[in-house]
Amino acid sequence: MKNIKNIFRKEFKTYFISPIAYIVISVFLIIIGWLFFSTFFLEKQASLTKFFSLLPITFAFIIPAVTMRLFSEEINIGSYELLITLPLSFREIILGKFFAAVAFVAIMLSPTLLYAFSTSLIGDLDWGPVIGGYFGAILLGASFSAVGLLASSFTKNQVVAFIIGMAICFSLTLLIDFVLFFIPNVFIGFLQYLSANYHFQNIAKGVLDLRDIIYFLSLSFVALYATNLVIEEKK
Amino acid sequence: MIKIKNLTKYYGDLCAVDNVSFDIKKGEILALLGPNGAGKTTIYRIITGYLKPTRGNIEVMNYNIYDHMMEIKNKIGYLPEAAPIYKDLLVYDYLDFVADIRGIEKDKKLDHIKSLGDLCGLNDVMHMTIHELSKGYRQRVGIAHALMGDPEILVLDEPTAGLDPNQIVETREIIKRIGKKKTIIYSTHILSEAEATCDRIVIINKGKIVADDTLEGLRKSLKNQSFENIFMKLTKGN
Repeated sequence: MKNIKNIFRKEFKTYFISPIAYIVISVFLIIIGWLFFSTFFLEKQASLTKFFSLLPITFAFIIPAVTMRLFSEEINIGSYELLITLPLSFREIILGKFFAAVAFVAIMLSPTLLYAFSTSLIGDLDWGPVIGGYFGAILLGASFSAVGLLASSFTKNQVVAFIIGMAICFSLTLLIDFVLFFIPNVFIGFLQYLSANYHFQNIAKGVLDLRDIIYFLSLSFVALYATNLVIEEKK
Repeated sequence: MIKIKNLTKYYGDLCAVDNVSFDIKKGEILALLGPNGAGKTTIYRIITGYLKPTRGNIEVMNYNIYDHMMEIKNKIGYLPEAAPIYKDLLVYDYLDFVADIRGIEKDKKLDHIKSLGDLCGLNDVMHMTIHELSKGYRQRVGIAHALMGDPEILVLDEPTAGLDPNQIVETREIIKRIGKKKTIIYSTHILSEAEATCDRIVIINKGKIVADDTLEGLRKSLKNQSFENIFMKLTKGN
């Protein structure tokens, strides 16, 4: 437990030493702000629904950029060998890095709280879906971070890690929307359950269903467990 | 202290370490020598838990690597080849991070880092980023990393490789100084260095042990030839 904290602190600190953190945060805020506000005043509704509906697709390519260096960089420069030979378990290393990524996502998301406050000034904002939306956003961010971490453990090349992570996150986001027309009805329910977007939109409506929460927790767990298997296999 | 028994490691079809067995006694400084690609680094990586052996076993202070790797990692300080350290952190921050993982208490941490800074000559660069350091200084950070928390065993993979003559002498002095209290296993391509610092020499070639003796013993068995000649004779055809 103490070592998870040590790894977390180191990784979190490293994020803000390099310029990558500031670039990623800026890109995220510019894209999501532009997409959200470009239609905000046309709809004449004081609601963040549009913002939250954009979030999964934006996260799908932003979060792999956040997580791509976590293992790839270490494997590339060789510090991975130092890390593995310190008295740390794989679980501590993985969880420390995972929580650092989740904390980073939370920091990245926090400036968008201003959207909620400014929207509440110009109209009657329903805070239920907003709170649900941010809760869901953290869950979504956590599962995508776990997926990104898994992608990062595959390779020493950060670009490859980014592309693999993005491909998986995009599939999870667009799964149901894209294949809906091509598949028999019986599979729709099943595919819907696999779609991160579907579960996120449920939470963002302000409906807290245990199934959606379990989905995100199990997605994170599966990805982190797979990461453990991958680095175990490297020995 | 360390018992290596029938250690074998394959990378795919390539046999990197072939049925190697030797013991290292407490307080001994052992030089593991051999040409490049002989399997030295692989042996280190198995001792330190970075790799798993294909066959065979290693016991470190009666802990075996299959069941008690965490205890072993606590006893060993390891400097991998070329000291691959995080480039973005300050030297101090990095040592602080390692001290936390080694479980050094808060009130003793600063003193410990300072004394390692003295020993390894790092005090001038404590507040520099690691990627700004020259190779020699980075190597010293690596040695400080290995010494953090006073481990009883040190595994140093070519600690003097790529250093200038002054730094080589300094590093050798550090090894001699800490070697009085610790068990050290290390490798080098400078044979005179091994002559000057080591109690015992193990030479491997193509994954097999070709010599395991004190320097005197080696000289005796090969009729007082120079160490270079002995080395070449034993590892020829590589």
